[in-house]
Amino acid sequence: MSLLTIIGILPLISAGLLALIPTKNNELIKRSTFLATLFVAIASIFMAFRFDKNSDQLQFTQNNSWISAFNINFSLGIDGISLVLILLSTILVPIVILATWHESDNGRWSSKVFYILLLVLESLMIGVFAANDLFLFYVFFEAMLIPIYFLIGGYGTGDKSAAAIKFLLYSLFGGLLMLASIIGVYIISSNQIGATFDLTQLATLEIDNQTENFLFLGFFIAFAIKAPLWPFHTWLPDAAKAATPGTSVLLLGVLDKVGTYGMIRFCIQLFPDASKTFTPLIITLAVISIIYGAFMAIGQRDIKGLIAFTSISHFGFITMGIFAMTTQGMSGANLYMVNHGFSTAALFLIAGWMITRRGSSTISDFGGLQRVTPVMAWSFFIAGMSSLALPGLSSFVSEFLVLVGTYTRYPVAAVIGTLGIVLAALYILIPVQKALHGPITGGNENLKDLNLREKIAISPVILVIVFMGFYPKPVLDLINPTSEKVVVNAGFSDPIAKVGK
Amino acid sequence: MLQTSANLVWFIALPLFSSALLLLAGKRANSWGHVLATTVSASTFTIGVIEFLAMQARPEENRAVGQKLFTWISVGSFNVDASLLLDQLSICFVLLITGVGTLIHVYSISYMSHDLDRRRFFAYLNLFIAAMLLLVLGDSYLNLYVGWEGVGLASYLLIGFWNQKPAYATAAKKAFVANRVGDVGLSLAIMIAFATFGDVTFSGIKEQTDSASTTQLTAIGLMLLLAACGKSAQFPLQSWLGDAMAGPTPVSALIHAATMVTAGVYLITRSSFIFDEAPIAQLMVLIVGAVTLLFGAIIGTAKDDIKKALAASTMSQIGYMILATGLGPIGYAFAIMHLLTHGFFKASMFLGAGSVMHGMKDEVNMRKYGGIGKFMPITALTFGLGYLAIIGVPPFAGFYSKDKIIETAFNAGGIKGIALGVATLLGAAITAFYMTRVVILTFFGNERWGHKDEPHESPALMLIPIALLSLGSIASGFLLYQGKRLVYWLEPVVNPLKEHHAKELFSHTTVSIMTLTVVAIGVSLAVSKYRGDQSDKAPEKVSMLTAAARKDLYQDSLNESAFMRPGQSLIKKLLQIDLIVIDGLVRSVGSVSISAGTKLRSLQSGYVRSYALMMVIGALALIATVWIVTA
Repeated sequence: MSLLTIIGILPLISAGLLALIPTKNNELIKRSTFLATLFVAIASIFMAFRFDKNSDQLQFTQNNSWISAFNINFSLGIDGISLVLILLSTILVPIVILATWHESDNGRWSSKVFYILLLVLESLMIGVFAANDLFLFYVFFEAMLIPIYFLIGGYGTGDKSAAAIKFLLYSLFGGLLMLASIIGVYIISSNQIGATFDLTQLATLEIDNQTENFLFLGFFIAFAIKAPLWPFHTWLPDAAKAATPGTSVLLLGVLDKVGTYGMIRFCIQLFPDASKTFTPLIITLAVISIIYGAFMAIGQRDIKGLIAFTSISHFGFITMGIFAMTTQGMSGANLYMVNHGFSTAALFLIAGWMITRRGSSTISDFGGLQRVTPVMAWSFFIAGMSSLALPGLSSFVSEFLVLVGTYTRYPVAAVIGTLGIVLAALYILIPVQKALHGPITGGNENLKDLNLREKIAISPVILVIVFMGFYPKPVLDLINPTSEKVVVNAGFSDPIAKVGK
Repeated sequence: MLQTSANLVWFIALPLFSSALLLLAGKRANSWGHVLATTVSASTFTIGVIEFLAMQARPEENRAVGQKLFTWISVGSFNVDASLLLDQLSICFVLLITGVGTLIHVYSISYMSHDLDRRRFFAYLNLFIAAMLLLVLGDSYLNLYVGWEGVGLASYLLIGFWNQKPAYATAAKKAFVANRVGDVGLSLAIMIAFATFGDVTFSGIKEQTDSASTTQLTAIGLMLLLAACGKSAQFPLQSWLGDAMAGPTPVSALIHAATMVTAGVYLITRSSFIFDEAPIAQLMVLIVGAVTLLFGAIIGTAKDDIKKALAASTMSQIGYMILATGLGPIGYAFAIMHLLTHGFFKASMFLGAGSVMHGMKDEVNMRKYGGIGKFMPITALTFGLGYLAIIGVPPFAGFYSKDKIIETAFNAGGIKGIALGVATLLGAAITAFYMTRVVILTFFGNERWGHKDEPHESPALMLIPIALLSLGSIASGFLLYQGKRLVYWLEPVVNPLKEHHAKELFSHTTVSIMTLTVVAIGVSLAVSKYRGDQSDKAPEKVSMLTAAARKDLYQDSLNESAFMRPGQSLIKKLLQIDLIVIDGLVRSVGSVSISAGTKLRSLQSGYVRSYALMMVIGALALIATVWIVTA
């Protein structure tokens, strides 16, 4: 078994062991889960050091026949893009557990169920980024919905059942479209090269234009819903408002990345011609997402809704970077996925602490927090600054790469996207002013600042945000070879500077 | 080949580290935070002086030094190092920033001594020093951008230092957003530059400007101008500066007078290789400068808040500098000269205003001042020196630096030259008027403060920095002008000695005489209007122009009706559209299931069962299809 497989299975095994602990033993359950996920995080960092960053080939591969009748294989392996997303997932999980220690206490079911769901979800997240067999990917992709559904519906707040169902229906719809496309691809492969679900082989298929367009759309819509791209986004704010903060972190920080990851891995690699055909449309939707998401974020009164809409704006940037088909755009988009994961995690976790303390998620209910709970306020502020892409913090590097990479090919889109940075200043500074500044308003006088556990949980996230702003090289080194390969394989090369050197 | 200097990194690392330490240490650092911050600031000044002396000792072509720190961003052909460049232009700024910065640190120790959050104030000041030094030391537009937004952040934090007052928090936000509008310009300029030259370093672009088209250079130039407008409070992005006076007065002196707001002048001067080849962009620079210098001056005549009057003056003086940068090679040198002299006299006057406020229980309304001169003689004297410098009385600093701009404007040739010359001359007259007004209302006339406590002179810790700055108000102009010292110094960077073709319209002497005449008119108008007893209330029946000037010439109302309110109603509509149209479409499709969902809320698992069923059906369908196809 490759290290990758072991890391992928570990959370699942832990979930099994967790089932053996008596339900009453709450603290033990939490501690064991935390330790298990911490171990997985360390193991995946270890894996990252063993990863050969100069290679654009799949590494840590594992290949076993699964359903031989249909040539379905349990085939795993990672390149740079998959690796950084797996790292993002495995690092965020223990942070989320530590940060939201009491999140599961008032759920419909016991804490034990909560953590089993979480561990199962972690295995599936690793699997979805590591799968190299289309069918296996589909299984992971759809199976992920189940734990998330229960996490929202069973432990969320407010209109959680409706939100959970909405999330499920949306995803289901996308999933079915993708399934149809998968079947289509499989049929074509059986006619051309012998039936297979192997991604590398499928990429060599020659498909006539019209068919390719339809197959592409099946995948793309599924991913656009997941990402989510305008106008497929309306499930996200509801889900984010209803889910617990920890679940929201995983939902927006990791699971939504499956959408943008899928666009790179499947849409572009399997259907380069169709990608080219649809690029103008997709870039348009991405630009709309950037601006629309930002405007909607400015108008939000609920802090979780606000973060959700900022994410829609950021996913617009990511999608724009991907389909700009330049190395800067592609690498920027990949880096953005990682950076957005951390800054959104910080925002959601801190927002969660604010909400728990105040008993309200309405922004205007807060006020003057900078003087009551300085550490919490400052953490929120830094996360917010990263979200508005302040240079020196992580998001800036990725956002600028996306913009510069887009500009060289689609200047108009980049110019409109750049206007988003003014809106970003508004959607961050308005809640900062309302919640952190101003006089200390009634109900906020006695809020407690972060405790030690919370400080320990948030500090690595903030450290990553600052470090990656100044020194993104380690992650870019992992991403660059794969990004270049994707762009080249799709038949593109970077536009050359107009005045050659 | 650029020589390396290992010292440069400390310019940024020291204040950055100190700032982080003060913020992280929290209350523990209350007793020593201000000492550390001031020491660090003084150390950067010392390094600056050492570097300056070393630079002077080197032959002209070897004066610039650089230091590569690390590879920052590298993707494909987009390679940006974190790399610093100290040349003849940046050393001017380094000395100004760290020199004035250190004096203001010292001043603030006393000025902020009663504030519970003094440590945090000093942390922000150090953060500002680090960011501002990065701004002027970065060797590429992207490095500059980090400093550019960094000073924006520091400015935001300092304007909102007392953000428990909602108006102050709003002022901070306004400054940040207006700056961000400018930043769009800087972002786009960098993108266009990369698409055009494949490079974002100053040296890399400079080498290639010959082969670029005028259109490309104009586009870059206009975007850089937009950036400069945001940061330097130039028309039409100037409206934030007046509100920025919400920050503590030392901040107004350092950031919103002497250094940060002049970053736009630096940006244009640093990009001389672009503007020199883009006449349309250069013309726009001239227009922006001319409009702002008059705009600011007019606003300055109507403000009763001493800090806002000084802020309007800053806006106007930076207008002069921007205008100068539009006047071609020699103009850059004069812009920098005025920037340096202005740094001294404006900082000294702001600190003087702070000293007055300190003695007047934080009162800022000049209508409540009057006759303060006899209670605060040293403050009055130093303020007076700054006053003489700004209105341009020989031999004070402004006489040299402003006159050169007026002269160069007149001699720019043709109608353009006359128009610019008249604008700068008119500006000088209005400046004389509003500054005289400030001085009379504050230091002379009847006492109008209406309480028994007499104003008291400030402590030495505040007066010494002011005194040192006023030495600059006296001598800096002469020192920089003498023997064309600054012009020769900057020659390798911006080529101010490049031949100037237009015929000279007015001689130096003529311009000086004209300027002094209009200044005298401005002063006497103000004296005749404001001498004698004044009321402590602003007159209500005023001319339309005064009414407009009091309201910043309606810029805020314009912004509000053109951007803010339409934006708000757009957001309102979008919120509805999102709920009713986009989400509505989806819901109508899924309404059956949703309504079923409410009924079956207790039976959620039913949904999962049906979902699992669908997955199974899906898988079966897949298998069936495969079977049919392969059969």
